[in-house]
Amino acid sequence: MSQKTEILFKSRWLPWALVAPQGIIVLVFFFWPAGQALVNSFQESDAFGMSVQWVGIKNFYALFTNPAYWYSFKITAIFSVLVAVIGIGLALILAVFADRVVRATIIYRSLIIWPYAVAPAVAGILWLFLFSPSVGVVARSLEAIGVQWNSLLNSDHAMALIVIASVWKQISYNFLFFLAGLQSIPKSLIEASMLDGAGPWRRFWSIQLPLLSPVFFFLLVINIVYAFFDTFGIIDATTQGGPGKETEILVYKVYFDGFKALDLGSSAAQSVILMTIVILLTALQFKFIDKKVNY
Amino acid sequence: MTIEKRPWVDAIAHTTLIIGVIVIAFPIYMAWVASTHTAQAMAQWPIPLLPGDQMLENYAAALSGSENSGTRGMSVYRMLLVSLISALTIAFGKIIISLISAFALVYFRFPFRGLVFWCIFITLMLPVEVRIVPTFKVIADLGMLNSYAGLTIPLIASATATFLFRQFFKSVPNELVEAAKVDGAGPMRFFFDILIPLSATSIAALFVIQFIYGWNQYLWPLLISTKEDMYPIVVGIRRMIPAGDAQTEWNVIMATAILAMAPPLMVVLLMQKWFVKGLVETEK
Repeated sequence: MSQKTEILFKSRWLPWALVAPQGIIVLVFFFWPAGQALVNSFQESDAFGMSVQWVGIKNFYALFTNPAYWYSFKITAIFSVLVAVIGIGLALILAVFADRVVRATIIYRSLIIWPYAVAPAVAGILWLFLFSPSVGVVARSLEAIGVQWNSLLNSDHAMALIVIASVWKQISYNFLFFLAGLQSIPKSLIEASMLDGAGPWRRFWSIQLPLLSPVFFFLLVINIVYAFFDTFGIIDATTQGGPGKETEILVYKVYFDGFKALDLGSSAAQSVILMTIVILLTALQFKFIDKKVNY
Repeated sequence: MTIEKRPWVDAIAHTTLIIGVIVIAFPIYMAWVASTHTAQAMAQWPIPLLPGDQMLENYAAALSGSENSGTRGMSVYRMLLVSLISALTIAFGKIIISLISAFALVYFRFPFRGLVFWCIFITLMLPVEVRIVPTFKVIADLGMLNSYAGLTIPLIASATATFLFRQFFKSVPNELVEAAKVDGAGPMRFFFDILIPLSATSIAALFVIQFIYGWNQYLWPLLISTKEDMYPIVVGIRRMIPAGDAQTEWNVIMATAILAMAPPLMVVLLMQKWFVKGLVETEK
């Protein structure tokens, strides 16, 4: 920014007027509620908000000594690792092949990016239909090979359903980043390796994969953030955290405790914990962001 | 890679990609098939796997939202309107406030500039999902429930878009500013006549991403819209599914799903070039 020092515009009020809309929205809808969450997390109130008292770290203590909260952590961890690993793995395979079939790359890309446009809640409904025990094509096919599919009763089936819907929704995003990464690998590098007699398999392991590692780490963080937060619609449309609490990830629990169970103190404390997790993940992301797609 | 001839590797590549495309397209294909049959045909196994002839009837039933149409009396036409207004407001709102704040941050020196930058930056770390209860209270206190203002304004602040424009403005050659100043143009004249036209590609890319972001919102409208006539389609379709597996009218629900997917899909496919560029450059 320093190179612009001498050619700046001068005005006492104009810059303030220009940042005001953004600034006001950020203050009113980000900082105020975030501050509120922080304050509420140290308070206890009845469901109607009539009486409020300070309770120190009681809400946090109650959460961390509650096995149900740890269980939700465990569910979230399993879910996000499955979504990230499967989603990134499949997208990588598709991107490497799409990069190879030069003339058809754009055609395949146009077909693979469709799920990006689909809302998570709608994605959930599409897969709910396919896995419906009575008329679902996939559920009935599984039944034909001896698997009695019912995601309303079986927790493994419920988890599989939300993982499949979440991976499907995110695969376009991962694919586009891998494809951009692959296409920015200098052609000369690939050609040199060909002259050395390296086949496609060897080339993938010794050139493409190492050069893609920054994209890989970036997508790992993005996918975990996605699984943590953006999958709310998928879960609400399919399992609603059930059966029991078997697919209740942390974000769903914040929503349920705050709006259904009306336990505001606990919900606020959970919000604060989630914010801390996001900040850590974002910091991690920024560590890798510089080296992402440019080598 | 044109100098390499390995037909069997190409064959594996095409086979894998075709299988991938089929698996990815299958849920959307089945939604479309379901939307072209009668409720009876979709209520018992085996369901048809090829399109039927009830397409017009189902879409008409969904759009009108008549009492026994499977939409539980909600009009999909109304929901589409709410979604469209919200998505366009969010997309254009984000682009406009990000353009002007990035302009201020790059082309002016003012007190607390660094602080302002960091305040915008930190919003990246506070997605709506982590602070839903307090944000809901703020909206309720401001009397913005069940309004377009409540559905859109809190989602308009965007660090991502501000960063994108900031990066772009910093790459604009200084000579252009100097020339504008020599010609006696003020800052706003420079902004509208030079900066905005130069930013056209970035604006198009952001429009695609933010339109989809706005259209696909779920948790936020779920909290803000307590009345059916303010449901965007993504929330409304979820409400059409009865608890349990019984008497779900899949034909009308899937017609609604297709209607819910069509606008963002059209935007992505028609503006694919800008979308891909914008997505990879803004890093979300």
